[in-house]
Parts: sequence; C-alpha cells; structure tokens
Amino acid sequence: MTSPVLLDIDALTLAAGHGHTVVSQASMQVSRGEIVGVVGESGSGKTMLGRAIMRLTPQAIDRTGGDIKVEGTSVFALRPAQLRALRGPKVAMVFQEPMTSLTPSLTVGQQLAEGLEQHVPGERATHRDRIEAMLRRVGLADVSRVLDAYPHEFSGGMRQRIMIASAMLLRPALLIADEPTTALDAVIQREVMEMLVELTQENGTAVLLISHDLPMVARYAQRMVVMRRGEIVETGPTSQVLAAPAHEYTRQLLATLPQRRPPRPLATQAPLLSARGLTVEYGARQGWFSKQAGNRVLHGIDLDIHPGEVVAVVGESGSGKTTLGSVLTGLVAPTGGALRYKGQPLAARGAVFNDYRYNCQMVFQDPYSSLDPRMTVSALVAEALRLAPGLTPAQKDDRVADTLQDVGLGGDFGLRYPHELSGGQRQRVAIARALVRRPALLIADEAVSALDVTVRAQVLDLLADLQQRYGFSCLFISHDLGVVEQIADRVIVMQAGRIVEEGVRDAIFDRPREPYTRQLLGAIPMLEATAAGGVRLKWRNDAQASQPLAAVSLT
Amino acid sequence: MNRRSLTAVVGGTLVAAVVITALVALFWTPYDPLKLNFKARLAAPSLTHLMGTDELGRDVFSRLMRGTTASLRVSLMTVLLATGAGVLIGAVSGYLRGWPDRVLMALNDALLAFPGLLLALGLLAVFGASETGIILALALAYMSSVVRVVRGTVLSLREREFVRASRVMGNSELYTLMRHLLPNCLAPVIVMATSMCGWIILAESSLSFLGLGVAPPAPTWGNMLAGSRTYIGQAAWLAIFPGLAISLSLLGINLLGDALRDRLDPRMRRRV
Amino acid sequence: MLRFVASRIGMALPTLLIVALAVFILVRLIPGDPAALMLGDSADAASLAALREQLGLNASWPTQFAIWAGHVLQGDLGQSIANRQPVMPLILDRFAVSAQIVLPAVVLATLVAVPAGMFAAWRQGRMADLALVAGATLLLSLPAFWMGLLLLLLFALKLGWFPVVGFVAFSENPGRALLYLVLPVATLLLHEIGVILRMTRASTLEVLHLDYITHARAKGLPESKVMWRHAFKNSFGPTWTLLGLILGNLLAGIAVIETVFTIPGLGRLLVDAIFARDYPVIQGCLLFIATVYVLVNLVVDLLYPIFDPRVAAK
Repeated sequence: MTSPVLLDIDALTLAAGHGHTVVSQASMQVSRGEIVGVVGESGSGKTMLGRAIMRLTPQAIDRTGGDIKVEGTSVFALRPAQLRALRGPKVAMVFQEPMTSLTPSLTVGQQLAEGLEQHVPGERATHRDRIEAMLRRVGLADVSRVLDAYPHEFSGGMRQRIMIASAMLLRPALLIADEPTTALDAVIQREVMEMLVELTQENGTAVLLISHDLPMVARYAQRMVVMRRGEIVETGPTSQVLAAPAHEYTRQLLATLPQRRPPRPLATQAPLLSARGLTVEYGARQGWFSKQAGNRVLHGIDLDIHPGEVVAVVGESGSGKTTLGSVLTGLVAPTGGALRYKGQPLAARGAVFNDYRYNCQMVFQDPYSSLDPRMTVSALVAEALRLAPGLTPAQKDDRVADTLQDVGLGGDFGLRYPHELSGGQRQRVAIARALVRRPALLIADEAVSALDVTVRAQVLDLLADLQQRYGFSCLFISHDLGVVEQIADRVIVMQAGRIVEEGVRDAIFDRPREPYTRQLLGAIPMLEATAAGGVRLKWRNDAQASQPLAAVSLT
Repeated sequence: MNRRSLTAVVGGTLVAAVVITALVALFWTPYDPLKLNFKARLAAPSLTHLMGTDELGRDVFSRLMRGTTASLRVSLMTVLLATGAGVLIGAVSGYLRGWPDRVLMALNDALLAFPGLLLALGLLAVFGASETGIILALALAYMSSVVRVVRGTVLSLREREFVRASRVMGNSELYTLMRHLLPNCLAPVIVMATSMCGWIILAESSLSFLGLGVAPPAPTWGNMLAGSRTYIGQAAWLAIFPGLAISLSLLGINLLGDALRDRLDPRMRRRV
Repeated sequence: MLRFVASRIGMALPTLLIVALAVFILVRLIPGDPAALMLGDSADAASLAALREQLGLNASWPTQFAIWAGHVLQGDLGQSIANRQPVMPLILDRFAVSAQIVLPAVVLATLVAVPAGMFAAWRQGRMADLALVAGATLLLSLPAFWMGLLLLLLFALKLGWFPVVGFVAFSENPGRALLYLVLPVATLLLHEIGVILRMTRASTLEVLHLDYITHARAKGLPESKVMWRHAFKNSFGPTWTLLGLILGNLLAGIAVIETVFTIPGLGRLLVDAIFARDYPVIQGCLLFIATVYVLVNLVVDLLYPIFDPRVAAK
C-alpha cells in the first residue's frame, strides 16, 4: 500500500564550499496530491531546497547532513541510472526564468519529445499526439506550428506554459515549481497559476510551490512552510499560519502586505506639472518612397500632478508607464503634446526647463545598476548638488550629511562603496541622491520592485515619511497595484499606452469601473484582521467567476 | 594558494622578469651585443657565454637582453597608441550614436576586414621596415579591435541606470561620458591591453623573423631566430634561447591576463 | 530567414568594395613611381611614358580605380614585375599550397580541441580541467615559428624522419606530399589546439550554468545528451566565429611557417613581393587574402543560426 507521504525531507543541511550554510536542518513533508508552499526571501535557501530534491544543486553545494526520501527511498542513495529514472517520471521541475529555461537551439517539439523518448520509448506518432494534446491543455493554439518553432519566438507566459506542459507530460508524482510565475505580468500570472493547479489536480500530482510571493502561495497552497536564512521557521496549514502566525518572521512577512492608511485631505491647488496630449512614437521613418509608421508607445496622455500629492501610475509591461516616466524626466523627447510646469509651457531649453530639470528627480528600479560602482555613497549623493546654485561647499556637505541621515544611512555609510551595501541600502542612497536637492517632484520608476518584501516595506515607509516631511510631489510608477495601495493618493491605470481609468485611491480600489482595472485588482489580496490577532487574506472579485481560460495563439 | 593566485603569481613573476631584464639591458649587458669576436664563433653555452655565441662570435645572452628591450619598447608603444586611439574613437562612437557612429564604424570595419598580420604587412610596405614603421603598422592593425570592444562596452553601459541618472541630474553628455562611462570601461580595456601586449610581441617577432622588422645587427628576438636557421644543425642553442624568451614572455602575459580577467570581469567568475 | 541571408550578403558587398578601395589606396601610398619600378633603372623616358599610359597612371585616381576594378572583376590582377607572370594564376597556385597546410591543421585542431574544451568545462576545477587549461595556455604561448624550428630540428635534422626543405604538391605524388606536410601541419595544429580549446571551454562554461542545462538534467537525460544536444550546440557559436577569424588570420600568418619549412605558399609570396617591391603582386595578394577573409566570415555568419537560431530572428 503506497504511503501517502511522497516527499520526506529530514533535517537536511546544505553547505557551500567556504563553510556558508545554505540550508540548515530543514524538515518537511509533502503528501500525495497536496500543494505545499515554501515562502522565503532571497537567501532563504528555498531554491536550493527544491533543487536538492532531484540532486540538481550546483557543484559547489554539498549535503552535509540529513536526508531526502522520495516514495520512501533516499535520493542520495540512488545510482546514476536510478536518479535519471527519478527525474521526469517521478519528480519534475518548472523553473523561474522562461527566457533561459528552454534550450534556444532546439525546437519546442524536439525538447518536449526528449523526456518521452527517454522514459517512455514508444512510437514517435503516439508521442506526438500526447505532446499536442498537452499543449492544447495548457492553453496554446495552433499546436503544430508551436512544435516546429523555437523558444525565442514565444512570449514569457507562453514559454511557461510550454515548460509546464513539458513537466506534466510524464505525469510526475511531484512537481517542484520554483517561482513559476514571478517573471510574468500580474494578469498572466494568475492565468498560468490557475492552469497549473487544475492540471496537477487532474493528474494527482503533488506540487511544491516555491516563491517569495506570500499571497500567491497562500492562495493556492494547502500547507505552508516559511523559510528564513536557510531554516524553516514555521510550517502548518495555510489558514492557520495566516490566522495565528507562530514565528516573528512570519508576522513580519504578513505585515508587509499592503495596508491602507486613511486618505489624506489635500488642499486643491494649481497643478505643479501638467501634460496634455502627450504622445511618444519610436522609430518612425521617412524613407524615400514610403513612410514607415513608428511604434506608438503613448497615445495622447493627459496628466496633472499637484503639489504634495502622490500619484501612482500602474500598468503591466507594454503599458507605456516607464516611457511616461522617461518623458517627464526629460530622458525621452515627446513626439507630440505639451507639458506645463508651474503654469508655464515647458520647452526643450530655457529658464523654465532648467528650473524644471533641477526640481524633478528620479529614483530608478535596479539598485544594482543605478549607482556608479566607482563612487562612494557621499560622492554619489553630492554629485546631485554639483549644479546647485547658491550653496557653498560647506553647505553642500551639510546637506549631503543631513539627507543621508534622513534616509537612515548616517554615520560612516558615506564612505562606503555600492558593492558593500545591500539592495535596500542602495535604494536608500538612490533616494537620498534624488532628494538632496529638495526637489518639487520625485519620479519613482519601479523603485521597490527589485527588493525583497520586508525591505520593500521599509523603503515604502521611508518614502512616505520623507514625503510628509519634505512635502514633494511623487509620481510612483509600478506594475504592482498592491504596493501602490499603501502609498498613493491618486491612482492612474494604464494599458497599451492609454489611460484606462484614474481616480482617488479609495475609488479605484473599492469601486473600480473598468474591466481591466478589475482584472488587475483580482490579482492582489486584501488583508482582513481576524479576531485572534492574525490576518486573513481575501481576494477581491473572488465572488465573480474567474473567466474560462481563452486559448492563447502563437503571435 | 588557490589556482587563481598561482596563475597571477607565476604570470606576474615571468612578466616582472622580462621587464627587469629589459630595463637592466638599457644600461648593462655582460658583453657588447654588437661586438664581433671571430675567435669564439658558434661556441656552445658555457660559463663564459651562458647562452653560447652566434656565427659572428657575439654573445647570445647579451643580444637576448638587448632584444628584450627592443621588444618591450615596441610592444608598449604600440599598445599605448592602439589603446589610446581605440578608447577615444570607441567611446565617442558608442556614446554619440547617430551618423558619427556610422561613419567611424564603417572605417573601423574596413580595418577589421583585413586580418591583423596582413594589414601590418601591407602597412609596412608603405611605411618601410623600421621600428617606427612597425609601431605604426601594428598600432593601426590592432586598434580596430579596441574600438570594437570599447564601443560595445559603452553601448551596454549607456543603458545602465547610473548613466541615465547622471543625465537626469542635469549633467551634460560630456561630463557623463568622462566621469561615469570611461572609468567603468577600464576593466575590459585593461584585460584587452594585456592580451594585446602578447599579440604585439608575437606579431613583432614574426615580422622580424620574416625579415620585415628591425634589421640586423640590432638584435630582436625575431631576427635572432631568423638568423639561427642557417646554423640550426650545428648550433641549436641559437634557435632555442630566443624562442624560449618569446615563449616565457607570452606565457607570463597570458597567465597575467587570465588572472586579471578573473578579477575584473564578473561574468567569468564561477557561480555558486 | 531569407531576410537574414540577404542582409548578411548585403553587408558583405560594401565591405568588399571598401576592401578594394583600401588596397588600391594603400598601394598607391607606397613611395616611388610604379612605372619606373616595373621597368627598372635602365628604362628610357619613352617606354616609361608608354607604360604609364598603359597602366592608366596619368588619369585621375577614381578613373584609375575604375580601370583597375574592372580588370579585377575579370580576374586580371596584372603582371608580376619580377618575372612577368600573370599574378592571378600565381596567387591561386600558392593559395592551393597554403590551403593544404591550413585546412587540415584547423580541421584536426577543431576535432581535438572542441571535445577537450567541453570536457574541461564539464570537469571544471578538477585535475583534468587544470591540466587541460595549463596545456592549452602553454601551447598557445609558444610561437608557431619557434615550434616549427624545434620540430624541424628534432624530427627532420636529428631523427631524419621528414624532409627538411621543400614541398611536393599533393597532385603530383600523394605519398611524398604527405611527408612534406606533416611537420608544418603539426606545428600549426599544436598552436591552434591551444587557442580553440580555451575558447570552447570558456563558452561552454558560460552555458553550463544556465537554467536550460539544469532543466535538461531535470528531465532525466543522460549527461552525454545534455552536453552534446543542449550544451554544445548553444555554446559553439563563439568558437565557430573564432574559427572564421583564425582561418583568415592564418592566410597571412602562415608566412612564418612557410619560411621555416621553405614552402612556396601564399604568405611567402606576399613577403617576397614586399622585399622585391613587386607592386602588382603585393596588391593582388592583399586583395585576394582580404576577399577570402570576408567571404569566409560571411559563410561563418550565414551558418551561425544553426547554433543559435535567435540570430536569424531579427
């Protein structure tokens, strides 16, 4: 009689060469057909744990203790041939980055057939039928064309579907999904996850869902495991972990979920910056015989930013939100439309432009590339004051020191180099650099997207705090509505270069009008306090039936 | 000592030995490299002549030392010239884009359409076989690779956010180029310059060997090897030592270049 | 795909034009009067004038270029000053000789170095890898002409296994021809193994830590399939490009080996012509070698999508 326990990890310890422990004494179990989520931030060891199950850890990582048993047999005792028989039919894996997980030089059909050929030798024709059926099942249309195409011809979402198809072809007992949807847009994320859950339930496949995205895991997993710095700090049924978290770290994670603050009353004033009919078009060419239409990224955007308010611009990739930010900072010239700053028209040069340039600063997304690696923290922040009128060098030094203090990097942080700082600290430096001039407008382009959840919460708090103190206006660009809930006064939703909906925060979140807005909202949870002092995750729109999965075509 | 340090140490030692020899030879060699001594023609290596003598009685060791100076001088001058010009052109081209970039790239591609040694040979036909001629010919021939690498680095750095941040701050294009872009190009340029030293030494020796380099009696490794061919049966040491000198120099440069690349190019570091 | 082929060929054509222009200008820059050099010091004014007329030297440069380009496209590269032979057939003959050394050497080197490089990458950090890398570094640090001299010394002079000088064409006598080929090919082979092995190892290493390799292993595929089907194809691209560059460089660089072994090849032809100020030959060799280089790289480019289909997708 087959035991219900499929995967049994017992006090597993993994260490890297130089004594650094990656996973420490981890113990957990997965039963047949169940979905277990593993949640943790970067450095938690969750990925290595997942890889260790199939002994796919990198060469530098060794097991120094504990065991992993699949269906009662230790994977470390397997001989190479047995290990190969385990990989695929028993345990399969789906990876995070769809861009690099499929071999570029083989067609999709060739890659999908490999697993079947290896484990189920049989007629090529039956393989092909199975593959085509599975591809249709995961939502791809025009299946025969898909088989002959190369991975680079597909979008990220489609590649993930192909990966899932590839893993499920052999009907494994356990599917390890390592951040399966992190690299995808919010709406697609949901579609792919729903498909994954349906497919695995159909086939009786257990799922180990590894992610940093706690709400996503909590939504689909029946049991949850929380990891931190290589250790499992909490396990239990999802509802219980959420309702009554036992460990401090779990509580911290839950606290990072968006919490709405009461709306701020803002005195109506003339807008600081206003845009009318802003258009941006790339690559339009006037040839000798024909005119080639360019790629229109922004279609006539109208936008007002008032002093002291935080306006959030939300959209998925391709919505044009990043281009909007680039236009407003002057990095990209608009092809059409007009900008006004403090009521004056904004030309490409002149006194108004200089004033605007000085008063509009930006914080970028990637903390690892937005700071010149060869400059110290103080130098980086001070550079922004290079062109500041009317400040003596001594005053500049003071201003730099004060600003660094305000972002929480006082003391000797000024002497450090970017590579000595963590991601969160680097973003603080970027914020200090942007704010040292005390600008009127700060544009934050996905400023917290690349940070771990706990760090993200800290930086958001910092931004909110500084905004209160210095009183600058903020244009906060993000793909994540959840982040925005915490910080925005007004919200603008963009899609395909157009503004779909805008309004005050409460209106957008509680009474969305447009279907697209509702779709975006459907992907993020709400927190509801429970009587026992924990939280309950609720998803908006759950009352509405989720739409049937439309077949996704090749182009 | 791990493998990476071993590479650096061995490479560094060899290169240091070459440089020291070159510097010492400027002032002193055991014998006068040009002095003829018919009584000691083709003498095998011994205590008096550590590496033997050649067909005109000249001490091989001394000639080798002087040849080191010559090779190093040519190599350094060429690398400086090629790197300096290459960085300038590549940076300007990569940063400005537009038509200056296209014109410069067309010219650069023209240079690249010729294999390195071929271009050097062709240019030597124009400049004439002298030390200056070789330096100019080799610098022009190898400059195009530097331009390509620098332009590529600048193009990718341009999109890095700290460059965009500099522009948002209101800094001019020129300031951004000088303060942010160029210093961050240093790493690939240093790696390239180190490898280039090796190619240049090899190219210069090859040209000398073919008779198109510095003419005898001034000794270079290449022309010493060329001269050794006639007597190779009787006096093998004439061929062995110059070649050994070239090999050890190249080995040192290659090892040092590897160690530098490991340190400076994060992509090549082994991932955990 | 068709667009890719067309665009690559389209880029090669202007390059060829620029090459021709560059060669033309280069040779015109050589100091001296071509007519006087061609006829020698004893020529009188009338014959000099006649030759200048014939060579079109009195016309403007663009006209000269057009005339010369016209000749070139018909396969006429002029006449050698030294021996009054037509240049093109001379170059082709010598090219055949050089090719007999270069092609076998590069092909054999690739066949040995690529698997060795992949093996070294697979065994990164272990003894086998260190040994292979050390060996390859050593091999490429030894200048080819020195290696040739040493091999000549040992195997030809001391041991007498192979002839010391000269060359026999393959068409004349295959057996003897092989004897003459062994040492030069071996010299070149050893050097190129060093270069190719390091390149293959580096590009394989880059590929091996990518997700799709882990994914292939996760499917339960045996290591050999993972290495050859997934790693090799995707990592060979840079090495393939390098091979094109190597072949091109060797067309001229072969001169040193031809000098060591006294082989009448293309490299030696160019060098001798430079000594002799034989301008038609210099011009012809430069043009020929550069053109072959451009064509070889074109072929390499066109075949690149086999290894990385993403290139053709633009």
